[in-house]
Amino acid sequence: MSAAADPVALTLAVACALGFAFGWLLERAGLGSARVLVGQFYFANLTVFKVLFSALVTAMLGAFWLDRAGLLDLGAVYVPETFAVPQAIGGLLFGGGLLLAGLCPGTSCVAAATGRTDGLAVMAGLVLGILAFDLAFDSLNQVYASTPLGTLTLPDLLHLPAGVVVALVAGMAVVMFVAAEWAMRRWRA
Amino acid sequence: MTRHSDPYLAGVGIGCVLLAAYALARQGLGASGAFASVAAALTAAAVGTTEAAASPAVAPYLPDGLASPLRDWLVWELIGVAAGGFTSAWSAGRLAWAAERGPRLTPALRLTAALAGGVVMGIGAKFARGCTSGQALSGGALLSAGSWIFIVTAFAAAYACAPLARRLWL
Repeated sequence: MSAAADPVALTLAVACALGFAFGWLLERAGLGSARVLVGQFYFANLTVFKVLFSALVTAMLGAFWLDRAGLLDLGAVYVPETFAVPQAIGGLLFGGGLLLAGLCPGTSCVAAATGRTDGLAVMAGLVLGILAFDLAFDSLNQVYASTPLGTLTLPDLLHLPAGVVVALVAGMAVVMFVAAEWAMRRWRA
Repeated sequence: MTRHSDPYLAGVGIGCVLLAAYALARQGLGASGAFASVAAALTAAAVGTTEAAASPAVAPYLPDGLASPLRDWLVWELIGVAAGGFTSAWSAGRLAWAAERGPRLTPALRLTAALAGGVVMGIGAKFARGCTSGQALSGGALLSAGSWIFIVTAFAAAYACAPLARRLWL
């Protein structure tokens, strides 16, 4: 069956193509390397911060303006729901695990695909961790399902127009980029 | 071996890929969900599909039974990530069979830490309903409050653990 005739195959082909570009760019930036990634947390190499926030701000500004111009229906895009307490617990565990692993789930695939065995070990660990979570789900569910706040965005939370929050996040990112470049130059000098 | 690209340029490129995902797939990029899909299929293989799908943690990942990962959007996206990463590293001369590690670590210790880190991140990503890709980047750009909770707590924990983990990396 041709991809055009099968909507599922077409959707999966789009997924693969988007992933290819994502993986290519992560590797180009050096994020297939655990040592580059972890450099962020020893102030040795701020690649993680620069890549993550320039990508986030680009997508945020693009989504905001394309929606305004009528080229993208943001209302149809899936926004992850907020569960405040489990997401804070999850973030803390994730950050700690990240320092042991040196790679996050996406970059572990890049590392593994480029021959790094530590990437393969992280991938195996992720499957094992999720299996453990699934097996213990009955006892974790109370925490997992707690504090459900539905689809909650920062503009809702702060009672500010979306445009103001977009401008604040973009402005904050630029200030942090400038500060990071300045600090790294002083550090090396 | 060529040098890495400018991080801001790569970031803007990733932002454009993410925008394309919002427009074409009505969802952002992700990674941990693909691992959850594989874990669910492994559970189904071990205990049977009906038994596995009785758990609300696993059921959403088993719409097509054992074959679910093969029809999962995030699994195919992540296969693309691996192919893209490989192609980029190959064209830049950066392919190498090795365990990347700090100068004071043996390869065996590094792989043990990587496996353990993967386990902890996997549990964390389940609680957070996503990882650096699905929550921090894709949800963060849509200004989801939970995504920003994840960004702040994950960075805070990593910085807090960094002094304890010096032996691993420095």
